[in-house]
Parts: sequence; C-alpha cells; structure tokens
Amino acid sequence: MMEHAQKASRFIENESRTDWHDASLWFIRTKRDRVAHNIPEWEQLRELASQIKDNVLANLDAYLEQFEAQALKNGVKVHWAADAEAHNRIVHDILAGHGVRRLVKSKSMLTEECHLNEYLSRQGIEVVDTDLGERIIQLREEPPSHIVMPAIHLKKEEIGELFYEKLHTEKGATDPAYLTEAARRHLREKFVGADAAITGVNFAVAETGGVVVCTNEGNADMGVHLAPLQIHCMGIEKIIPRAADLGVFTRLLARSATGQPVTIYTSHYHRPGPGREMHIVIVDNGRSAQLGRPDFRNSLKCIRCGACMNTCPVYRRSGGHSYGYTIPGPIGSILTPGIDLKKYGDLPFASSLCGSCSDVCPVRIDIHQQLYRWRQVVVKEGGLPLVKRLVLNGAAWMLSRPAVYGFFGKLMRKAMRRLPRRFLYNRFNEWGKGRELPEPPRQSFNEWHKQNRSRS
Amino acid sequence: MSRSAIIDAIRRNKPAAPAPLPGIPVFANDGADMLETFIATAETGGSQVIRISDSRDIGTALSIRFPDAGIIASPLLFIDTHINLEAVQNPAELEQVDIAVIRGGPGVAENGAIWISEADCMHRVLPFICQHLFVLLDPAGIVQNMHQAYERIRIEKQGFGVFIAGPSKTADIEQSLVTGAQAARSLTIFLTAFSDSK
Repeated sequence: MMEHAQKASRFIENESRTDWHDASLWFIRTKRDRVAHNIPEWEQLRELASQIKDNVLANLDAYLEQFEAQALKNGVKVHWAADAEAHNRIVHDILAGHGVRRLVKSKSMLTEECHLNEYLSRQGIEVVDTDLGERIIQLREEPPSHIVMPAIHLKKEEIGELFYEKLHTEKGATDPAYLTEAARRHLREKFVGADAAITGVNFAVAETGGVVVCTNEGNADMGVHLAPLQIHCMGIEKIIPRAADLGVFTRLLARSATGQPVTIYTSHYHRPGPGREMHIVIVDNGRSAQLGRPDFRNSLKCIRCGACMNTCPVYRRSGGHSYGYTIPGPIGSILTPGIDLKKYGDLPFASSLCGSCSDVCPVRIDIHQQLYRWRQVVVKEGGLPLVKRLVLNGAAWMLSRPAVYGFFGKLMRKAMRRLPRRFLYNRFNEWGKGRELPEPPRQSFNEWHKQNRSRS
Repeated sequence: MSRSAIIDAIRRNKPAAPAPLPGIPVFANDGADMLETFIATAETGGSQVIRISDSRDIGTALSIRFPDAGIIASPLLFIDTHINLEAVQNPAELEQVDIAVIRGGPGVAENGAIWISEADCMHRVLPFICQHLFVLLDPAGIVQNMHQAYERIRIEKQGFGVFIAGPSKTADIEQSLVTGAQAARSLTIFLTAFSDSK
C-alpha cells in the first residue's frame, strides 16, 4: 500500500501541471467566496445547517423510520443495506427482477464507495455513468479524483485523445464545446436505450418520504424519466427532517461547491411515474459505527460539496488520487480512518492543520480538529511508520533532558558549519528535500541570555 | 434483517444529548426589487429573459427567438404545437422535440430558479429532453429566496418537481463552462401574467 506522501511526491514531479491543478481549484474557491459574500446571512445559514444536522444525528433512527413510512405511502419500495456487499446485491436483485441489461447512472459517491459498477459489470449489465466528468473517468477506467468535479485532474488534450479513441471524435480535437457535444450525442443514445436509472441522493426528506438530487447537466432526470425503473441509493446520513430545511441546504450546497447560486437542476422525486417503479436503497456501510465515535461523528454532517478539497493546500498540490479513497481531501481523511485505520492511517497526516477546510465547510464540521484527533488515535494504535516513530521518540527523549538538548544543540551548531553538504543533505534528512537548513546561530538563546544578563 | 440491525446500531450509537431542531427564518429583505434581481441572476446563469405583455404574443416571440425551430411541444392550449403530448406513450419519442413550452413558478430572485412540477410538463422528461426550453413565469410569482419558495410549494404534492435555474451545463473539461450538456441547450423565460390564459 503506497502512502499519500509517496503518491503526492509522484504527482508534484510535473511542476507546471501541479501549479495548473492548484490554480484550477483555487479559482473555484474564489468563486465560492464571491457568492457566499453576497449572502448577508451566510454564517447564520451555516450555523442553521449545522444545528439541523446535529438534530438529525441525535434522532437518526426515528427520522429514518419516518422517511421509510412516508416513502412506502408514496408507493416507493424501500430497501436497507448494512454494507457495500448487501447494497450491491440488493441493486442487482432489483435489476435482475426487471431483466435490466442496460443501466444509466448519475453521480453517486455512495455507489463508487460500494464499487457497484464493477459488481454489476461482472454480472453482465452495461453500466454507463452519465455525468460528463464521471463518464470521462469511467472510459479511462480510473476512480474520480474529486467528488464534485471527478475529472478535475485531466487536461483537455487527454480528454480529446480519450474521446478520439472511444467516441470517434476528430483526432487532436480539444475544444471543450466540441467534446461536450460529442458526449451529449453519445449519452443521449444511452439514455434512450436504458432499462433502468440509478442516482445518488443529496437530501432525503423524512417528513415527505422523497429524495432530492442536484445536477448541473440534467443527467439524473434524463435517466430517471426515460427508464421504466428508477433506483436512488443513499447513505443513512442523507436525511433531513423537513421540506423547509431544503431552503437552507440548497442555498449552501452549490455556492460552496462551485460558486453557483444554485445547481441548474434541483429535482424532487416522491412517487414513480404511471406504470413505473421507484426504489430507494438506504445504506449504512460503517456510518452507524462512525455515529458511535463522539470525537468523529460530526463528519456525518457532510453534504459532499467538496469545498474543503478546493481550499486545501495539500489536496490542491497532491491531487485526489493520492488519497486512495473515493472521497479524498480533508473530509475523506476524517472519514477513512474509521473505516480502516491501518489502510488509511496516513491520511490525517496529509494536512497542514491550517483549518481552512473548517472555515469553508457549509455545515461547520470541525475538520482540522478531527484530523488532529485522528493523528492521536493513529499514534496510540502504533500506526506511525518506523522512521517517524524513532525520530519522534528520540526527539521526546532529548527534549525532556535539558543537558542532553544543550549538548546536541552546541554540537549541531558547530557541525552544520563545518560538515560538507553531503553529510547534511542525504536520504536521512527528509526535511532538507527541497529546503535549505537555516543558517545556524553562533550561540543558543540560553547562552545569549546568560551572557547578556551577567553584563547588565 | 438489516433494517432492524441498522436502526439498532443507530440507537446504540447516536449522541445522548438532545439537539433541538432550529426554526428557520425567511431572511426576507423588504426593500429588494425581486423582479430586477430575478432577471439579473437568471441572465447571469445563462437564461434569456423576455417580458411579454400579452400571453397571446408568445407564438410570435417563439418564432423570433428560434425562426428555424423544428418540432414544438407544449401542454399549454394556446401554443401551436406539432406533437400531441397526450398521445405520447413512450417518453423516448420526445427526443425529437426541438422546443418545449411550459408554465412554471414560483421563480426565485436570488438564483434565477423556477419551480416546475409534473403537472406543468405532462411528461416528466419534457423540460430535459427538449433541445430548447421555454418557461412562462408570472412576475407576481417571484419570491426572494429559497426559503420563501419552499413555503409556497409542497414538494410532495406531485410525484416529481424540479427547480430549473438555466440551460444544462457542465465545466467538467478543464473548468470551461459549456452549455448544452445532457439536457436542454437553452432556457428562455417569458415573463407574463398568465393567471387566466390557460
């Protein structure tokens, strides 16, 4: 298992590309700032959203039961999945029951998390992701690198080359409008031919038993309304209590995500069309366990806007794929350790703890505090890599012994002046990679203090 | 059964401290000119806004906007159409529709979105599958923000409803904004008082 730091160091090998990636995301962050500042009550909205989500977490069982009862009343079929495997099996059973061969999907991080596409493909079902970014990475056979902009890591030349190969566009074509038009034609064929449509869920309203899906492309609706069977897959934390709460969340979501005042389409699904079927699959997959961790349960408030990624200095310069999980960036780094501490234990360290993520989070998750707390859990569980552990233990030993510290300080001040470069900058000096050590002072502060105080 | 297992796990693990559900203020600002704000935000979002004083002029406005329009579809009786929506069995047939004309409302000044419910479209897919969408919006039905919009509508009244805030768009290729992704390529809003014109 390669760590974030290793993958990130590979990502930054291409400096101009790293700068380009960094600038693309920062551009979105600045757009977010502009639209947020247009709303005088912005901070109040964030606080309301946070309080609503607190209420949801404290009453999640009751809200889920209410949601299910209302949905059933609406003629919707409701399924419960304890984990990813159960989710995939349930979805496949529904599809198999209808003889579905061709499936269209709109963006759903949950189904990415469950690896639904791979599962269904193995069963012989054609799965087509219909969000343009998702379709691009699906054709490239790679995971999304961002939850809102899945192909943010790709250049138009690479997409042009991909479309030339897969969609038979002109060789060398890179114009985004031309490539988008080609994808439109390709996807419209898929929509018209689909036997079923799957969407993710942005919000599930307990009071009304309906689900809300937000897109800019309209692909969720193209899929859902053309296919005779619609399936919506949601994590248990997507619940909100009332329809009125949508006012708060729809005002926050797109502004935080892309700097738009609202997504182009905010679709509310409550009942299947005449002669059609609507299913909702409610998935736990580790969420109820996260609810049981008081230090980390707040992470379940996340509405998946991606603002924390766009602002994160580490994400912007290491790319989503460095994190090795469906949800990268700061929020991914506090969700993943609870899933597998060994596998993802390095992610809470992929942060400068600057706190920018918490500042932009529309539901006020204390992301950087949780990153810091996960680090402590990782250290307690012995999850630090050997070198880091040895260095930190050595430092702790030395720093708690003033005499030893003074001795080594003196030694290093002398040594740094006299030793040749290759003794100071080598593979043991991680810090010195790409950085110069500071000029060593003539004396320590202690020495200076003694000298100057005795003079006065 | 996984339902009871999930509910039990939540019950065991949820926070013990009560967290009251907050009331939501409407955040309305009395002095705001909602119509002007609506037009400005809708245009920024890529919509075209046209004021029409008499809803009988809609046909003329349509042909000015798209002189070469092909098939026009609408559930509105006063629009000349080329397709009988009531006779359409398979919604995929609507792929041929060039222009769809429907009613909507309320409109939302802060973001240029318009609420469109199933009853406004006859076929749920119509406002998405058409190449160009026209929405008739009564200026009297414009509210300031989403809180007021959700106060006006009942989302569960119909099986499907949607806020539409512009033409289908994407920025998935290098953040270049392209309109006409999967759904309608353009959105034209006719501002007209239509309370008795259906």
